[in-house]
Amino acid sequence: MNRIIAAVVASFLACAPAIADPVAGGRANVVIQPEPPSLMLGLVQNAPTQQIAGNIYEGLLRYDAKLEAMPSLAKSWEVSDDGLTYTFHLEEGVKWHDGAAFSADDVVFTADVFLRQQHPRFRAILEHVASITAPDANTVVFTLKAPFGPFLNAFEVGSMPIVPKHIYEGTDFQNNPANNTPIGTGPFKFGEWQKGSFIKLVKNPDYWDEGKPYLDEIYWHVIPDAASRAVAYETGQVDILPAGSVETFDIPRLAALDNTCMTEAGWEFFAPQSWVWINTRQGPAANKEFRQAIMYALDREFIKDALFNGLGKISNGPFAASTKFNDTDIAPYPYDPAKAKELVKASGYNGEVLKLVPMPYGETWMRLGEVIKQNLEDVGIKVEIVSTDVAGWNQKLSDWDYDLSTTYLFQYGDPALGVSRTYVSTNIAKGSPWNNVEGYANPEVDALFAEGAGTIDPAKRQAVYSEVQKILVDDVPNAWLLDLGMPTIMRCSVKDLITTGIGLNDGFKNAYIEK
Amino acid sequence: MKILTRIVGRLVKAAVVLLAILVLNFLLIHAAPGDPAAVMAGEAGATDEMFLAQLREKFGLDQPLHVQLWKYISDVARLDLGYSYRQQMPVLDLILDRLPATLLLTGTAFAVSLVFGVLAGVLAASRVGKWSDTLISSVALLFYATPLFWAALMGVLLFSVTLGWLPPFGYETVGSGFTGWRRALDIAEHLVLPALSLGLFFTAVYSRMTRASMLEVSQMDFVKTARAKGLSPAVIERRHILRNALLPIVTLAGLQAGQLVGGAVLTETVFAWPGIGRLMFEALTQRDYNVLLGVFFVSAAMVILFNLITDLVYGIVDPRIRVQ
Repeated sequence: MNRIIAAVVASFLACAPAIADPVAGGRANVVIQPEPPSLMLGLVQNAPTQQIAGNIYEGLLRYDAKLEAMPSLAKSWEVSDDGLTYTFHLEEGVKWHDGAAFSADDVVFTADVFLRQQHPRFRAILEHVASITAPDANTVVFTLKAPFGPFLNAFEVGSMPIVPKHIYEGTDFQNNPANNTPIGTGPFKFGEWQKGSFIKLVKNPDYWDEGKPYLDEIYWHVIPDAASRAVAYETGQVDILPAGSVETFDIPRLAALDNTCMTEAGWEFFAPQSWVWINTRQGPAANKEFRQAIMYALDREFIKDALFNGLGKISNGPFAASTKFNDTDIAPYPYDPAKAKELVKASGYNGEVLKLVPMPYGETWMRLGEVIKQNLEDVGIKVEIVSTDVAGWNQKLSDWDYDLSTTYLFQYGDPALGVSRTYVSTNIAKGSPWNNVEGYANPEVDALFAEGAGTIDPAKRQAVYSEVQKILVDDVPNAWLLDLGMPTIMRCSVKDLITTGIGLNDGFKNAYIEK
Repeated sequence: MKILTRIVGRLVKAAVVLLAILVLNFLLIHAAPGDPAAVMAGEAGATDEMFLAQLREKFGLDQPLHVQLWKYISDVARLDLGYSYRQQMPVLDLILDRLPATLLLTGTAFAVSLVFGVLAGVLAASRVGKWSDTLISSVALLFYATPLFWAALMGVLLFSVTLGWLPPFGYETVGSGFTGWRRALDIAEHLVLPALSLGLFFTAVYSRMTRASMLEVSQMDFVKTARAKGLSPAVIERRHILRNALLPIVTLAGLQAGQLVGGAVLTETVFAWPGIGRLMFEALTQRDYNVLLGVFFVSAAMVILFNLITDLVYGIVDPRIRVQ
């Protein structure tokens, strides 16, 4: 029986290439929003920079939709049994875009010197690393101080873009003129950037992965107005709308157009989760029952359907559904205004007005602020909306000058990389809108997150993380909203654009356009 | 000679005004919440103390405010508008890079609105009370009352999405490889919608003002005298009425010309026109201080320059003003 199945599968596999034969040539037209300040991925980490520069630079690894590591610049790797030594074997014959040869020295320089100085997120990972060495030109060895569970998930191109040592060593990284004409090892080379209009990448003919990429060039169009971006797709100026390029209320109309495909794939690694920041330091929100009341008061089904067009998933807690170790046994808080009212009463709330500072990231997020205000007022909580621009919102959150706010953050595949930072007390510090802004401090949670990060065995990690999820769901340090659905809209003739859990951020290597 | 002294006097005043604008802008911008380092860190979605300190040092934000102000003023005095660390380019280069696109757009809108506005106004005034006057006045009122961004979006919907006659946005067809006349034509096609939507409002204003001003002048005694002399109506209209009615229009044109640099933020945004207005607006949201101050400085200089030119044009249009 098994043999028959194997034979069937084999015949399917044999047919597969005939069904989808990549076509070489052509140009992809993509929207980029907003215009990135720079494409030097080692220095700048904005979402639009990551989206474009992920084609210029490469990481050691990529990750599939299940977040399992896939080869990239590293063709294979081994982890020692004690979980302390990670050995990467690099692709051979790789060249930088300027023709110089790529080697293990570049990787060591990138991790040990360049990113240690310039990359806050990677710097945090380096805390766990004792040494980085290159025993030969094609091997890199990371030795850890102690076992670190998510270490193998830290090599995605945005987290650790490999930069050329021969260009940066001994220079002032920030002011190196090469930053304006970035040089990587990736499938596409920097072509041209007309500020305010477009960014052009061209095919790297010497790419190490023979036969790839298929496209000749990619144009990213800078179109500052959301309605104009929708028109750009309708009139055929662009063929790909990455998630977030149009307002959510335009999505159903665009998705219904001819020859248009939409997918939510390609965001599993980042797993953006949205929530309501609750300043737990002060006022009624210092009380747990009051925070639970907020959770029961929010009509998240409505938020999902009315504001996000049904895309996304109601969060069951602090771990997004696609993040590792999400405990699927935990049920999301139901919408229960009656219960919320009881809890508000029990918390001893006496009519203080809470200041809600919605994240000013466009129309949808402003409407979200209004829905939250309405939901909370329905259960007797008084809310005042304070509007500001992005810089002002950053500042207010960084200074803890708010009662409620909204946000969404990436989870980077593993709770130790993208979740714990929001809840551990060591991460309470003014000056950043992305740390433990809510001021939640619970020694038990700190200890569990530390244990989870220091454990290798997945089953043991699951037990620890299930425990921490239960505590957090009961404590409600933040009111979780949705694991956001991130729709990419494109012409159906664009094939193999999204082939990994990193999606567009290392997107165009396999992409081709059917004639 | 007299005119030269006047110009020099005006230039000295202009320099003082510019300095005041510079200081005021500087203080206002720094009073806004947030700074460029925090914005960049915020966009990165992850940050730590070291990252912020590095950025602030790079931007010169670690210095006391008065030191920063003094440095900025002395730089500007040497015509150095500073460096945009965000864009990794000198501010002057950024502005010069974007200036041609903006001047093309606002200049076209200016010329179109001035020509068509005055023509429509003259036409309406000479046919006052007739149906053509009513038509012109109503259309002018409609243009006058229509919000710019709405007119722009409707123009895109009608002419680009539905009819497909004109490109919906952009400066030229990206990646077309056009050169010479083909490129000029391509840019002109892209220019039609933004220039028209930007020009609509001023066309309406010019036509209404011309009409009102001409009607007022046509009631004056010297016009009656001219008629009594037996001059032809066309000559009276052109030499006696229109010339005297031009003063308020020159004032308005001076005002519009002053906005040539910074007055098209909305149009440039809707039409993805790579101009100064967008550079300014983006610099504002990103708190890119140097770029913002640079654009303000250039706009202020333009306003002052065009006020000066307006004054000189007054003298040409109405010799009485020259004497004073």
